[in-house]
Amino acid sequence: MTSSPPRTLFDKVWDAHVVTPQQDDTPATLYIDLHLVHEVTSPQAFSQLRERGLRVRRPDHTLATMDHSTPTLPRNAKGIIPILDAMAAAQLEQLKQNCDEFGIPVYELGSENQGIVHVIGPEQGLTQPGMTIVCGDSHTSTHGAFGALAFGIGTSEVAHVLATQCLLQSRPKTFEIRVDGRLKPGVTAKDIILAVIARIGIDGGTGHVFEYTGEAIRSLNMEGRMTICNMSIEGGARAGMVAPDDTTFEYVAGRPYAPQGQAWDNAVRTWRQLPTDEGASYDRSITLNASTLEPMITYGTNPGMGIPISERIPDPASIGDLSQRQALEKALNYMALKPGQPLLGQKVDVVFIGSCTNSRISDLRAAAQVLRGRRVADGIRMLVVPGSQRVKRQAEAEGLDKIFREAGAEWREAGCSMCIAMNGDQLQPGQYAISTSNRNFEGRQGKGGRTFLASPLTAAAAAVTGRITDAREMF
Amino acid sequence: MPAFTTLTGTMVPLPIENIDTDQIIPARFLKTTDKTGLGNNLFADWRYDDDGNPRPDFPLNQPQYQGAQILLAGDNFGCGSSREHAPWALIGYGLRAIISTRFADIFRNNALKNGLLPVTVDQATLQQLFSLSTEDPATAITIDLASQTVTLPDGRTLSFPIDGFARYCLLNGVDQLGYLMQQMPQIEAYERTHPDRVNTLQPQ
Ligand code: SF4
Repeated sequence: MTSSPPRTLFDKVWDAHVVTPQQDDTPATLYIDLHLVHEVTSPQAFSQLRERGLRVRRPDHTLATMDHSTPTLPRNAKGIIPILDAMAAAQLEQLKQNCDEFGIPVYELGSENQGIVHVIGPEQGLTQPGMTIVCGDSHTSTHGAFGALAFGIGTSEVAHVLATQCLLQSRPKTFEIRVDGRLKPGVTAKDIILAVIARIGIDGGTGHVFEYTGEAIRSLNMEGRMTICNMSIEGGARAGMVAPDDTTFEYVAGRPYAPQGQAWDNAVRTWRQLPTDEGASYDRSITLNASTLEPMITYGTNPGMGIPISERIPDPASIGDLSQRQALEKALNYMALKPGQPLLGQKVDVVFIGSCTNSRISDLRAAAQVLRGRRVADGIRMLVVPGSQRVKRQAEAEGLDKIFREAGAEWREAGCSMCIAMNGDQLQPGQYAISTSNRNFEGRQGKGGRTFLASPLTAAAAAVTGRITDAREMF
Repeated sequence: MPAFTTLTGTMVPLPIENIDTDQIIPARFLKTTDKTGLGNNLFADWRYDDDGNPRPDFPLNQPQYQGAQILLAGDNFGCGSSREHAPWALIGYGLRAIISTRFADIFRNNALKNGLLPVTVDQATLQQLFSLSTEDPATAITIDLASQTVTLPDGRTLSFPIDGFARYCLLNGVDQLGYLMQQMPQIEAYERTHPDRVNTLQPQ
């Protein structure tokens, strides 16, 4: 019998993709199974290929979609989504040309499979356990929910992967985030990850890959796991992973790119080897208890500035460290909020349900559950933006769009929308939004806009009352 | 990639923690398909008022910091999105090195691939540099990559860490794509011995 030292999930995926090992003076060359591409971070990479006369090495491992700069306006009479911004139109056209020239499949604006890059990979069955997945986008960490090693890269690296299907990488450290116990009703995956980031800080995971473990993670469905892995980057980690299990396999089975028949059985057998071995160790670990968590909400200008919804905003005067105190003062000043003020009852102007964090069908169902038979409060603008055309069709088949429309919300086409505000959907200066997205940075949702990050339940409850509200009071 | 060997220059202080890439270059400027032309919009929402006029209290707008090639920034610089537009904007403005106590992983990678040097120092050193640049904005320091040192005007030198491969590439202006291309035989060998995990052109 051979015995090898126990390894973590991360170790196993990393080891299986090493083309040339890391040396003292050179990083490892890592093979990439799936490269996802979108219009914003790829044009300069394709230009580089052209300048050097290079081809895309594995177009069969590469897929492009349009999502960031795409409008989410309703279709016109001809069924076309109008692009009002000339620069966005040119950028989208450029992606189409690049994909045609280099032989890469592309899901164009409004086509049946188009959507946010981190929504379409899993829903097409392209995202599978044990893979390496990259994209020129930091929320590529989402795909780690399947037990893949998935991380965001810059445009230079996009060119590296296009040309060689490989990346130069130094091995990161591992960080176990263990969430024991069970969530109480009305507390969701989004609340877990906001609580994690509030605890470790937005740079707590720098240089590490998270592995989320524990009963609370195991009992989440795949969409909840994706929400958590999505925001790993908000805790400073480039990637977050969850070990694959029956929940994972059930989700992947039968999707367009999932293996079938004998190949499926073989794949599942291999995937069952991936979870971390007993006795394997992580470089760091923390433990949270899900049963003590409350719905979380942010009050400041980074995702680590979050509190349980019934708590009060912290007072900078209570912080010893000078630069941290100044950071909090600056954030509260930008948000026009006072130390010690409760967030419950705070007025909002806009409610945004969407983004690669929370725009999947279960997120829309959660929001619809709150809105059913209710109305969006007077003067509140609510946008519901499905993550993909598939999610949109599914929601329409379930009648969710009707619930949203009847409540007075806008039901939009799929895309990043107000998460990034480069596509026409944006806040006005000074407006408050409650958003299911992942970043509350200054101006992220529009210049001068102010963002509270929360779960779809919490966001939908605020739409009904016009104020930050504990959704649990509405069931 | 332009090589980076040594740099002697003045500093511009931005003593703010967690400067994210949305502040470095807001998303509305990402509709370009080029790398150039981003420097004017570096820190756009901090640098300009609502009418587009420079805010006089923002360090990059102050006469004493014009021409500075070294940015001093608070902890965890470059967190947030993976946009390489961030280093492109910093370089476009004329910066060649950033000194902070910590850099976000993706930003550091992106900076290194564009000849922009991230220099990590401890908190006390950063505070000292902030003071030097505030008290006398004409203070010049020298960053020497080969010896991995920063030399202050009084002759004191401090060393800084940098990944060996990144250092080699910067010193020699080696671009990493060329280095990867040289590994094509190993890449082909890997592909021959490993199962094809995905084929996006052929649904199963
Ligand atoms: S939804 Fe937001 S975070 Fe997600 S990929 Fe789009 S812009 Fe990035």
